[in-house]
Amino acid sequence: MFKWLEKNLPKIVMAPAVGLIGWFVYGFVLWTLYISFTNSKILPKYELWGFGQYEKLWASRKWLISVDNLLVFTALFLIFCIVIGIILAIFLDQKIRAEGVLRTIYLYPMALSFIVTGTAWKWILNPTLGIQKMFIDWGFENFTFDWLVNREMAIYTIVIAGVWQSAGFVMALFLAGLRSVEDEIVKAAKIDGAGLFTVYWRILLPMMRPVFFTSFVILVHISIKSYDLIVALTQGGPGISTTMPALFMTQAAFHKSQVGLSAASAMMMFMAVAAVIIPYLYSELRRENAR
Amino acid sequence: MQDNLKSSSYQQLEQKSKYTNMFLRWFLYFVLILFASYFIFPLYVMVVTSLKTMEEIRQGTLLSWPSGLNFDSWAVAWGGRGYGAGDTFLRPYFWNSIKMVVPAVFFSTLIGAMTGYVLTKWRFKGDSWVFLFLLFGCFIPFQAILLPMARTLGALGISNSIVGLVLVHTVYGIPFTTLFFRNYYVSVPTELVKAARIDGAGFFKIFFKILLPISAPIIVVTVIWQFTQIWNDFLFGSTFSFGEAAPIQVALNNMVLSSTSVKEYNVDMASAIIAGVPTLIVYVLAGKYFIRGLTSGAVKG
Repeated sequence: MFKWLEKNLPKIVMAPAVGLIGWFVYGFVLWTLYISFTNSKILPKYELWGFGQYEKLWASRKWLISVDNLLVFTALFLIFCIVIGIILAIFLDQKIRAEGVLRTIYLYPMALSFIVTGTAWKWILNPTLGIQKMFIDWGFENFTFDWLVNREMAIYTIVIAGVWQSAGFVMALFLAGLRSVEDEIVKAAKIDGAGLFTVYWRILLPMMRPVFFTSFVILVHISIKSYDLIVALTQGGPGISTTMPALFMTQAAFHKSQVGLSAASAMMMFMAVAAVIIPYLYSELRRENAR
Repeated sequence: MQDNLKSSSYQQLEQKSKYTNMFLRWFLYFVLILFASYFIFPLYVMVVTSLKTMEEIRQGTLLSWPSGLNFDSWAVAWGGRGYGAGDTFLRPYFWNSIKMVVPAVFFSTLIGAMTGYVLTKWRFKGDSWVFLFLLFGCFIPFQAILLPMARTLGALGISNSIVGLVLVHTVYGIPFTTLFFRNYYVSVPTELVKAARIDGAGFFKIFFKILLPISAPIIVVTVIWQFTQIWNDFLFGSTFSFGEAAPIQVALNNMVLSSTSVKEYNVDMASAIIAGVPTLIVYVLAGKYFIRGLTSGAVKG
């Protein structure tokens, strides 16, 4: 008995983690998947109903707007975060004075919650007392900046706040990547007459492929899950113009008693994340095994 | 002769590149400082707004300096105005968050350390699959588990309670803490463990005598990561708690959204700073470890 215990101790110690994740992650996802195939309203029902919820979902105008917003947000969020992140990383890599201070400033938004920063941005972007008023007081009398309350433009305020929060993170990833490149490579290129621009554009950035890949995956992941920022900044408004899948899901589940529909929307999000993550994990594992 | 020619043209080139270099340097600093002001701008606006009176806010601009150090809105945000109904303030929710964060960080770190230890030093058949199994938990969109979690918390009788939130944050922290410890322990030479085993040291003795003493950096990284994630969480807090058991982020959001007759932006900003200050302090004091957590295991936003 004692011997058995001693032999299996490592597995016993592992058990809580495996059990908890098995139940609370895999079990729960499967439950949600099952419920998405039922006609559940306020309470879950367990008779199968086929793909009805998915048909309802993709016929819903609100869901289509959510998906549309997500695509626009993801595209802009990716482009701006990666471009700003790379510029900052390359510039910081030039033996800059006070690099530590600048790095701290670029990255501190990551330490704050989206609710805190959303509150701040909401105040800054509000047309009556915020940026708009600032410019009018400075003498630009016709200056208007009402994106926050403008149906067409409100989604871009979420991009502004989202990029502000996450660009520093991309900077940190690329800076770490650039610093891990051997000095010899850069020196050799310079001896061959390559300018600084060529060194980065032709040699260093192409070497950063894995970092691009990681940033891409993490940013897409953040954007699919984005919820807090929208709640704090626009609550999906004006109207439903800035709603997104995560917001759609919680509203359907907890405010509108559409349990089946919300499960279907959650599964769509799950599949979107899986489509990005599984190739990523696969390539990471292959890289690790190749080592 | 030829040598001479070469060197003079080289000097010319050197001279020219010196000027372009200087211009580039200035440009470099200009861009870096421009971005720094973009990043610092909201924080600056938050701080100055929280120190102004509503009168000053209406008359000045976002950037204008407050007339003095006026911490009234901070006092209101933290402790309320002292009248009964409808007076929401952050103090009780701040303590809720503390009561939630401390045990959740402790348990998830402990479980992660143990799991990481087994996965690297007591390897068994199929252990890399177990790691992958756990790792996938880092990536799931939490919307896919919200509905069953709400029902489970209800069945356990801990919905809308701090205990419930501790459970949720512990469970969904495990994939991250495991990842951190596993990646750290992988680089600890296995020979040390093997030698100790030959000397007759058992499972826990090896952990406490060999691994724990060298684990300080990764414990700091994990604790900071978990603290920041849990303190800043809004999705779980707003879904599984309301009213008196709410953590601070939920209370902040409710305060800002509550539409009283007059919007007090100064109190809003003071509240936001109070809700953000604990993680900000940790970041400033231990930024190195925070960044290491972000870049090494970074998967979550």
